[in-house]
Amino acid sequence: MALDAVSEGSPASEFWNGARLSIPVVVAAGPFAMLFGALAMDNGFSVFEAVLMSAAIFGGASQMVGIELFGHHVAPWLIVLSIFAVNFRHVLYSAAIGRHLAHWPRMQQVAGYFLLTDPQYAIAESRALSGRKVGFVWYMGGALSVYVSWVFLTLLGALFGRLIPDTTAIGMDFLLPIYFLGLVMEFRKRPLWLPVVAVSAVASIVAYRIVGSPWHVTLGALAGILLAVILPPHHSGVGERP
Amino acid sequence: MSTTFWIIIAGAVATYFTRIGGHLILSRFNTIHPRVEAGLNAVPAAVLTTLVAPAVLTAGPAEWVALAVTALASLRGGLMTMFLAGVAALILCRQFVS
Repeated sequence: MALDAVSEGSPASEFWNGARLSIPVVVAAGPFAMLFGALAMDNGFSVFEAVLMSAAIFGGASQMVGIELFGHHVAPWLIVLSIFAVNFRHVLYSAAIGRHLAHWPRMQQVAGYFLLTDPQYAIAESRALSGRKVGFVWYMGGALSVYVSWVFLTLLGALFGRLIPDTTAIGMDFLLPIYFLGLVMEFRKRPLWLPVVAVSAVASIVAYRIVGSPWHVTLGALAGILLAVILPPHHSGVGERP
Repeated sequence: MSTTFWIIIAGAVATYFTRIGGHLILSRFNTIHPRVEAGLNAVPAAVLTTLVAPAVLTAGPAEWVALAVTALASLRGGLMTMFLAGVAALILCRQFVS
């Protein structure tokens, strides 16, 4: 393949390395971008507003919640608060990935954090775990492919939403859980992986039943993180054994 | 500009704060306590799990098979292999179930 001929580490090959990792995200999230565009029109958005929301917020679940509440004529501040609640998990990503982006110039960091989504966090953390540098160009290769397709497919959904067929038969509705499970498995060699996954799974299901979505994400994640914090740090591969 | 426009802008500002906020808070400290570092190392498994777990609960046999195949594929291949194997299993199973 022509791409492989480019010398290791050149900006172009770094960019494409990142972009290639994002192909599953583009495939899995694409239908949701189109669905969002179509639903936004149903809920009284203009095409411009639908595309603006995808371009400015760039967070699928929070956008869905936003237009859903908008359709029910909920108070504006409550819609904004709900978007904040759904996206709150990013605080954890941001705290965790900061260690690996700290060597970037400030403006690159400002841009990088704007594009910090679930999959982007996961591929960046996974790259850092494998001992390779998380470079700006590589990061943008992954993040921009998802961003551009997300915004563009929102536009298509808003314009041609009525033409979207029933996609359940080909499994479109369950692509994201499969993709996220794949990401969970990527980290299976990390110390304490299984206990953290078990605790977070149980806690998120309990929270989902009792408190409801989207808080099950933050509560479930905090339970797993708390386990790692409470146990002596060497269980997590941090510091020295006592 | 309409109310909708301002809701979107406010939502975008709130979202950006969540994306850069964790880093800004943490970067105020010069050293990271081992327990904090242990907690940060647990972030990916902890958060990503919560995005899957409730979906498992509300899904049916076809979805469960797909997730099992995804997990099994992780023993042999990378992320793309897992994803394609899981999706193939899902499409196949849905032809028979439902």
